[in-house]
Amino acid sequence: MPKRLDILVCSGAACISNDSTTIKNKLQAVLKEHNLEDEVAIVETGCMGPCELGPVMLVYPDGVFYIRLKEGDVEEIVKEHVIKGRPVKRLQWTAPEARKIVEEKKQIPFFEKQLKIVLSNCGKIDPENIEEYIAVGGYEALAKVLTEMTPEQVIDEMIKSGLRGRGGAGFPTGLKWKATREAPGDEKFVVCNGDEGDPGAFMDRAILEGDPHSVIEGMAIAAYAIGAKQGYVYVRAEYPLAIKRLEKAIQQARKYGLLGNNIFETSFSFDIEIRIGAGAFVCGEETALLASIEGKRGQPRPKPPFPAQKGLWGKPTLINNVETFANVRHIILNGSSWFASIGTENSKGTKVFALSGKVNNTGLVEVPMGVTIRELVFDIGGGIPNGKKFKAVQIGGPSGGCVPAEYLDTPIDYESLKKLGTIMGSGGVIVLDEDTCMVNLAKFFLDFTVDESCGQCVPCRIGLKHLYDILDRITKGKGKMEDLETLEKLGEEIKRTSLCGLGQSAPNPVLSTLRYFRDEYIEHIRDKKCRAGVCQFEEAKEEEVSLEEKLKGII
Amino acid sequence: MKLEDLRKIRKKAEKELKLREGKARVKIVVGMGTSGIAAGAREVLKAFIDEIEKRNLQDVIVTQSGEKGLSSHEPIAEVWEEGKPVVVYGNLTPDIARRIVAEHIVNGNPVTEYVIEVKEA
Ligand SMILES: Cc1cc2nc3c(=O)[nH]c(=O)nc-3n(C[C@H](O)[C@H](O)[C@H](O)COP(=O)(O)O)c2cc1C
Ligand code: SF4
Ligand code: FES
Repeated sequence: MPKRLDILVCSGAACISNDSTTIKNKLQAVLKEHNLEDEVAIVETGCMGPCELGPVMLVYPDGVFYIRLKEGDVEEIVKEHVIKGRPVKRLQWTAPEARKIVEEKKQIPFFEKQLKIVLSNCGKIDPENIEEYIAVGGYEALAKVLTEMTPEQVIDEMIKSGLRGRGGAGFPTGLKWKATREAPGDEKFVVCNGDEGDPGAFMDRAILEGDPHSVIEGMAIAAYAIGAKQGYVYVRAEYPLAIKRLEKAIQQARKYGLLGNNIFETSFSFDIEIRIGAGAFVCGEETALLASIEGKRGQPRPKPPFPAQKGLWGKPTLINNVETFANVRHIILNGSSWFASIGTENSKGTKVFALSGKVNNTGLVEVPMGVTIRELVFDIGGGIPNGKKFKAVQIGGPSGGCVPAEYLDTPIDYESLKKLGTIMGSGGVIVLDEDTCMVNLAKFFLDFTVDESCGQCVPCRIGLKHLYDILDRITKGKGKMEDLETLEKLGEEIKRTSLCGLGQSAPNPVLSTLRYFRDEYIEHIRDKKCRAGVCQFEEAKEEEVSLEEKLKGII
Repeated sequence: MKLEDLRKIRKKAEKELKLREGKARVKIVVGMGTSGIAAGAREVLKAFIDEIEKRNLQDVIVTQSGEKGLSSHEPIAEVWEEGKPVVVYGNLTPDIARRIVAEHIVNGNPVTEYVIEVKEA
């Protein structure tokens, strides 16, 4: 018997930690009680996006979106909605600005401005069921390249699409594939970078959890294009659910003959293994990652030679990010000109962002390149909570920088962000309101990179610590005016002389806050004042302590 | 696996995902208020689903709504077709539901004796 309702329960990591499993179990039990098991399907999906509102649930075909569910709500949903067709209004998503009940998923502004390509299956299919992936055209792209295209044609298609790496630097994907194909050597590898070390980022995790087959398919297509037989996915150990779902997906793909020997009865053979990383930020850097897969310490090495020439065990290796691979099947199926029609002149397609910080709707969003920061924060994000004022967005994690309010209408693409002194990075976007102290924010990121530096080179190991110490002084009211110049000079020097991307980008948070929020640095130094009220200046603190001690003495 | 095998799996699994697309040529909405259920709306709903499945109609979805305020005619169902007025049927039984699928949905001839209202979409 076909189902009349599909109930999609979000089983992304955030919802699971909010107990979505209990909701699912309860739902199963209540449906059984009412003899409705045959009429209603329960589907566990990947992240649906608005994680903050979890556990969330989506009911089809009517598209009712339930949020913040408790076990006790399940009975009511079954009795009212499933049996009588009356959605339970009090559990439906209320848009924060309008406070009106929104009944259909497509009417919610959070979804309206998004364009889901990479995330099109996340929250829609069961990631642990390969047949659901096949139902939405899964593995068609692989079949197409193997039976109708030469590797050169595939690469050409990727070049024409204009896809650029989603792992941070934005290198043209097709050109990287081409270089790897053309590198001499008969053994080659494909590696997927799922390290995702940026604080606040969880895009890659969501894709691996919600649609693991799209990554496998992308890797297989890449392997065919460059001439590889073996692939590795490097995932950090902190992502157990992503690892589990990926492992299951790989096994299913093998069982269906979509990985292994002679795929689709062609001469192409390819298989994938998972490598679990220890979760050091620097292990996301490509040369360090490759060393780590080889079983060595995850330390970057100078480039060139690039991995395309000398990668895993000295062989030509293609390394791309999770989201980059997840784009591939869509490009093959819909064509490069379709893909190139989305986005801006030099940044094609969409980008997945993890929206967090002081914004009403936090979570996972996918937008066409070129959407403005204002649209991202105010239309999709629903603006700043508690009537506070927007101050800036921090984009690109520890390698990125801040964009202040006057640039809200900047389109989000690789070039525009670079002009503002930040980068797309992997897609972490932290929204900051007037309660954020920019000096303290820079210090937070520096603290992170000082910790994560592998220590191999002097500018990064010692220089960053020095930057940190200066920032620390300033936040304690002990800064000097000369410090500002030192921060800038030293920052530029570290960027210029560090060996890997970590050191080369670590000063960015300091340099960009100095560029746009210099006033705040000056206030900290000259007036011993933190306008956000975050920094505690030491004189004041010392007084308190000594007062307490005096009191102690008296009592 | 051969290419045809992939296509076969896809065809079979696609049907199961149909519900989640929210787009269809025809939408049948069965009134499932308390009185509708008492009058046998559930059986009618099941008959609709079953008949659609039997005929392998890919672009028809069946859904439900609350009370329709026409309780003297329960069970009630509305047929929504793109670009056409909504046809409201009343006094349904499972057999009539099957006839509606065959005559109205497949052949485009509404089963006039059970139409209780025609309204703008
Ligand atoms: C310190 C550091 C950390 C990085 N972390 C990641 C990461 O977590 N994930 C990722 O895909 N790329 C990361 N990168 C970028 C990779 O070195 C590499 O450019 C990327 O995986 C290439 O894939 P793409 O072309 O698809 O973007 C990092 C780079 C540096 C310098
Ligand atoms: S720049 Fe920093 S992280 Fe990179 S190799 Fe040098 S010390 Fe290690
Ligand atoms: S994990 Fe459920 S909405 Fe993101």
